[in-house]
Formats: sequence, structure tokens, C-alpha cells
Amino acid sequence: MNQSTPSTEQPDNLRGLVHSLVHGLALLGGATISIGGKALGMIGSMSLLLAEATGVVLRGVFVPQQRLGQAHLMAQMVRVGVRAIPIIVLIQSVIGMILPLQMFPELDKFGQAEQIATINAIAAFRELGPLMTAIILSGFAGASIAAELGTMVTSEEIEALHSMALNPVRFLVVPRLLATIIMTVLLTVIADIVMVAGGWLTAIKLGIDSDIFFLLTRDAISMTGFLTGLTKAAVFGLLVGLIACFLGLSVKPWQGSDGVGHATTNTVVYSIVAIVVADAVFTVIFYSYGMFT
Amino acid sequence: MTEKTEQKPPIIEVRALTKSFGSQQVLTGINLDVYEGEIMVVMGGSGCGKSTLLRHLIGSIVPDKGSIKLFNREISTMSEPELNDVRKRFGILFQSGALINSMTVGDNVALPIREHTALDERTIEIMVKIKLELVNLREHADKMPAQLSGGMKKRAGLARAIALDPQILFYDEPSAGLDPVTSAEIDQLIIDLTRKLNVTSVVVTHEMDSAFTIADRMCMLDKGIILKVDTRREFELLRESSVEKLSNQRDQLIRQFLRGDAEGPLTRCKEKSNYEEDLLERV
Repeated sequence: MNQSTPSTEQPDNLRGLVHSLVHGLALLGGATISIGGKALGMIGSMSLLLAEATGVVLRGVFVPQQRLGQAHLMAQMVRVGVRAIPIIVLIQSVIGMILPLQMFPELDKFGQAEQIATINAIAAFRELGPLMTAIILSGFAGASIAAELGTMVTSEEIEALHSMALNPVRFLVVPRLLATIIMTVLLTVIADIVMVAGGWLTAIKLGIDSDIFFLLTRDAISMTGFLTGLTKAAVFGLLVGLIACFLGLSVKPWQGSDGVGHATTNTVVYSIVAIVVADAVFTVIFYSYGMFT
Repeated sequence: MTEKTEQKPPIIEVRALTKSFGSQQVLTGINLDVYEGEIMVVMGGSGCGKSTLLRHLIGSIVPDKGSIKLFNREISTMSEPELNDVRKRFGILFQSGALINSMTVGDNVALPIREHTALDERTIEIMVKIKLELVNLREHADKMPAQLSGGMKKRAGLARAIALDPQILFYDEPSAGLDPVTSAEIDQLIIDLTRKLNVTSVVVTHEMDSAFTIADRMCMLDKGIILKVDTRREFELLRESSVEKLSNQRDQLIRQFLRGDAEGPLTRCKEKSNYEEDLLERV
């Protein structure tokens, strides 16, 4: 009797363990499906928003009566971009100084110290220029757009636009979207140049000849490299603007300041994730089409 | 006046409107007619569904069941472009004014004119001045909404609502959050505008003084059901009558709301709650 009790308990315990394991897995699976479903739903809704915005832009270009509002666009470009210039200059110039400095000892062993110019230029134009600009703008422009639109929802401004037969997509989303795209591209050009300048400062300090530095930099940058970088920047800018506008307008009037806060934080987080994922996709595409040679 | 207007077909016609959010029934079988040129006041306590009713009338919310006709056109089944045509014919004053905060007061008023007409900038400027003068804000045209007081924001919102010379004006709690004098000013403005511009006004409010000042007819809403629609005179009689003379619960309830009494059928149902048991259960 005493012996039989543990032997029957053993499988019971095991069964219990298996059961709770399966249950745990089921919960995890359910959570994955619900998060995945949510993400898919969000991507779907964002695609619809993008389609509507594109429609508005195309109509604005081809139908003469349809006004796009250049004044709005200019105001948004200034707001999105100009304030971000100092911080982009600061961050990119410092990265431009650090990266060559870290590469220098290794390259120096092979007597190739001046190649820091090549590395710096490639890193700047192909990768870090667009990437850092977009990440900085997700904080600067993305967060502020999401907060602005979210607040407009809670203060009934969006509803007021609807009630005046004005389309918030044309009136608010399109200028912000175009502004983030244009400004990400323009700021990327600044970021590229500033990073090269930072590298140049380090190079001089390390005793590398200025002329050689610029010669190698010029050789390292191809037109394709420069343009693929700008293409990336444009797409990153689109992602930041789209996510910000979508999350801002998704705030519900009754959520109040809490909803605006969530939208702002989520905009930065989702933007950075989207930027990095898009960057990886771009790298694969460019690499397989041999654009890196 | 009301007898004459009731001959005409109603400008707003709501039939059997029902709406629920999730499991919560917000509006049940609402029937309401509003006639041209009158001021209809919709009253009710907080959460009774009066704001939801207003949002149905302006096409922001689609009903579960029932029909809503504005200008004799069914709006609940309209497509967005069709609805936009109707929207250009009415104006709304939102509770907070809902001015676009990034634009000056003048630009806010000019916005619907700029977007929906092909008028040149000088004409628009004149129109904006006229609209702002109607609400006594002409000298504040260049200010930003953040620089205005609550009452001024509402007046600016009103100027924007009348920018396109609408035939219907909707007001969402026009006197909420205002001091008594400003509130009385807004009331006077509502009456003046309705008479001067010959519009029809629908006012949602829970301020009884204001309701009795402006209304031609009134409508009492409670828990998503219309209790009574009648002329202001009838409601005044009901307010002044003594509670003993009112036989039915409904009239007593309306009387309590109109007078703002703490005692009555509205509050009595709350006393029946299980407060004591709820407290003792936890001990």
C-alpha cells in the first residue's frame, strides 16, 4: 500500500507537469497569435492610411482644383527638421570621430591607417547617416507629431475637422508625412557630411594627411552608395511619419493625456523597430543586387 | 409660434434610433422632430446619452437601428462624400470650442470658407470680420486660441460654426464651464443668431437656467430614453407644479431634474443600492 502510493503519484505528477507545460505553451502561443494579429492589424490599417494619403497626393498633383497646402508643408518641414539639425550635427560628428579612432590601431598594424577614411565614408553614407538621422527624427518629429495629433483628438479638433467636411488625412497627415520624408533625406545629407568631417578631425590628430583622407573618402563614395543611402532615408522618414500619424490619430477621445502619452512612447519604439527591420531588408536587397561593390 | 412651425415638415427627423456600445445600451427608440427656425434644447443628466444623440445627428456615429433625416435626407446610410455635402449645411459648437490650436482665431474662422469655396482672399477676410463681429471678437482675430478665455473660445468656435451660413446649428453644452455672466452672454448669442440668421438650433445642455432662457421646445432624456418632448411653457408648468399633484413617476422625475432638487425619484433609486452589504462583506 505504502509502496504503491509513490508509484501512482509519479505519473500523476508527471501528467500534471506535462499538462501545465502544454497549458503554458498554449498561453504563449495564444499571446503570440494575439500580438501577431494586433501587429498585422496595425500594419493593415497603416497601409490603408498610406494608400489614402497617396491618393490625396496624386489627386493634388493631377487635379488642379485640389489644393495640397504648400504653406502647411513648409511649416511642417521647418518644425520637423530645423530643430533637429544641431543634435544631428553633434551626434554624427562625434560618431565620425569615434569610429575611425577605434579602427585605427587594427588598421595601423597592417600599415593601412589611412583606410579609416574609407571605413568612415562607407559607414556614413551607406548606414549611419540615414539610420541615425531617422532614429533621431523618430524622437524629434515622430513623438511630437503623435503627441500633437493625439491631443487634437482629445480636444475634439479632429472631430471638428470631420464635422466641417475636412479630411484629416489631407489636412494633417499628408503635410506631416511629406515633411518627414523630405526632411529625413535632407538631414541625412547633412549627417553624411558631418560624419566625414568628424572623421577628418580624428585623421588629422592621428597624423594622416588631409589630402589622402579626402582622396580615399571620395573613392569610397560611389553615386550608387550615396543614392541607396538617400533611398533608405526616404523610406525611414516615411515609416516614422506614418507610424506617428497613425498612432496619434488612433488615440481615443476618452483616453485623454494617458492615451497621448502611450501614442508618443509607442511611436518612438515602433519607429525604431520599423527602421531597423527596414534597414536589414534594404541591406539584403542591395547586397543581392551587387550594389555594394 | 410653435403651432405655425409644426405645419412644415421637420428639418431634423429621428425615428426609432437605437445605439449600444458593447453591452451598454446608450440610446433606445429615440423619436425626435426639430422644425425649421426653432431652438430645441435636449436636456438630461450626465451620461444620459444626450452627447451620443448629438453625435448621431452630425454623422459622427452610425446608429445600430433607426433613421436620422437631416434636410429630408437619410444620413445614417450615407457615404462619406455625400455626408460631407450635408456637413457643409450645418455648423457645430463643440464643448471646448475645438479650435485648431495651431491657427489664429481669424484663420480658424476662415478655414471652412477657404476649403469649401473658391472665394478670393479679400472676400474671405471680409467674411471673417463679419462673423467675428457677430460674436464680438473682431479685435481678437490675430490671437492664438491659447490666448483666449473659455468663453471667448466658445464664441470663436461659434463664429467658425456659422462661417458657411449653415441652416442648422448644433451646440454641445454651450454654457458648461463658464461663469454665470459669460454663460448668459452665450445664451443671448444663441437666441440672436437663431433669429438674425434664421437658422434652426439644437442645444444639448444640463444647465436649466440656460435651457429655459433659450428654448422654444425642450426634450428630456434619461437613461437613453426620451421622457418628454414639449414646449418650454409646458416644462415651466411642470417645474412650478407641486409634487403631490403629479401622479406619475416620470413627471416627478422630470420635475426633480428641472428644479435641481436633491430629493426625488432620480436620487431615490440610488438609495436602494447594496451599500451596507458591500461594506460588511469585506470585513
